Amino acid sequence: MLHVPEGFKVEVFASGLPDARSMRLGDKGTLFVGSRVRDKVYAVVPGPNGNVVKVIASGLHRPNGLAFHDGALYVAELSKIWRYDNIEANLDSPPKPVLVYEDLPTDEPHGWKFIAIGPDNKLYVPVGAPGNIVMPSSRHAQIRRMDLDGKNVELVATGVRNSVGFDWNPVTKDFYFSNNGRDWMSEDLPNDTLHVVKAGTTTAPNFGYPYCHQGNFTDPEFGWGHSCDEFAKPAGLMGPHVATLGMRFYTGDMFPSSYKNAIFLARHGSWDRTKKLGGDVVVVKLKDDGTIASYEPFLTGFLQNNAYVGRPVDVQPMPDGSLLVSDDWNGAIWRITYKEP
Amino acid sequence: MRLLVGLSALILLDSIGVPVCAQPATEQLSICLSCHGENGTSQAEHVPSLGAQKSDYVVAQLLMFREKQRIAPPMNDMAANLSDDDLQSLAEAISKLPAPETSAPIEAKAAEEARALIARYRCGSCHGADLAGQGQIPRVAGQREDYLTAALEGYKSNARPGYEPAMNEVSRDIKDEHIPVLARYLAQYRSEQSTAGQVPKP
Repeated sequence: MLHVPEGFKVEVFASGLPDARSMRLGDKGTLFVGSRVRDKVYAVVPGPNGNVVKVIASGLHRPNGLAFHDGALYVAELSKIWRYDNIEANLDSPPKPVLVYEDLPTDEPHGWKFIAIGPDNKLYVPVGAPGNIVMPSSRHAQIRRMDLDGKNVELVATGVRNSVGFDWNPVTKDFYFSNNGRDWMSEDLPNDTLHVVKAGTTTAPNFGYPYCHQGNFTDPEFGWGHSCDEFAKPAGLMGPHVATLGMRFYTGDMFPSSYKNAIFLARHGSWDRTKKLGGDVVVVKLKDDGTIASYEPFLTGFLQNNAYVGRPVDVQPMPDGSLLVSDDWNGAIWRITYKEP
Repeated sequence: MRLLVGLSALILLDSIGVPVCAQPATEQLSICLSCHGENGTSQAEHVPSLGAQKSDYVVAQLLMFREKQRIAPPMNDMAANLSDDDLQSLAEAISKLPAPETSAPIEAKAAEEARALIARYRCGSCHGADLAGQGQIPRVAGQREDYLTAALEGYKSNARPGYEPAMNEVSRDIKDEHIPVLARYLAQYRSEQSTAGQVPKP
């Protein structure tokens, strides 16, 4: 059974999307959904008998990342980013995609991507570390941004092990991203983390990987000779091995006012802990200065008797103020609404 | 908190199917076993044994072959016309075959070295303390040595992307010279006769 706070309701929005991962909403209301272990990108459109799922692209390699801008859908494979122009008018016969960017490593570990287009009209692309705890090359463990044609690439953040979710604070325009911490050091450490890069930052902050974890302790292997003081600190600790993935700021009007401008964050759930943790959506409420005020469960119940019955991947606020949650375990999209009790 | 939606009925399989193959499951299985070996033990070089393989793992592999997400001739052609139901019934039948016959036992020192590596690389964390697999994680105990070597090398070089990329991540840390040691040990390792402590639990 799923649980949400008093007054909220959760229902199935769409099903039959195996491995549903990152979501993006088109201007005309199409919900696009990527996948990671499958090769497909889906579109969910309203039909006479409920929502209809269409496959709009196949044969892609881990097409996890999606962005939408000016009528075009951007799709990030493991090492290539494509653009499908005027996609919503052509869902049944999508155009041949235009290659936007491919100067990316081809490593499988942490190679799948979350992408987004920022308020600066730049395309943000993470490159994960190519393993659990490895000395990354100058091309790994970072977040890049670039013009929408893939040119003028610059670094936004370094020392980032693997970010699979980010968004911009609607008030401050600061860049917030989630990060997955290393494995096999302890069942309870390090935490996955939430980070901030302030708007207008010109030199990419280094968040410490592989030397320093969660801002306050050094790696047993790589950390010697370093202090965590050398690196930028995380904004929040989100739980050990919980796999913090997709996140969005909520700017809608349906939910109570305390949720305004809060972050909804999907925690996919741990895979290596003895006692599983995560597999939920949490809400992170911020103070005026953008630091974390509170962090609480929002959608829970996917973890039962130490086994998953669902695993949230991404969240998507809708124009009516409802919130969608993708679930790659069930191949489904959930919809959460609120009505004052 | 309010209880809202029951989930148990919501296990969704891909419905993007192709026409159901006309052959009954037993005939389909006998086609598989003509290469993969009768009773689950392969006698053919680089062809994996299927005996007692986890059904979820088999479904995932057959799906990847059918959808050409994993290119491994002749399996893409073999799986091309299988329906979702075929994948499921074949996987179930394969999982019920007896565990593969293991290769000849290796000398104690080599076995000890391999057990230390299995602990170091935490193989048992996913494949089970007895290395017989669980869920979509495959049985590796008793698998053919040449197949295991090729699989580990393929994962390590990214030539074989996993369904989940977990093995691509893990095998990155496995030293090249350790791959044959692991493969040789696993090929002769019999889960069913394991005693407590034989494989160090991570």
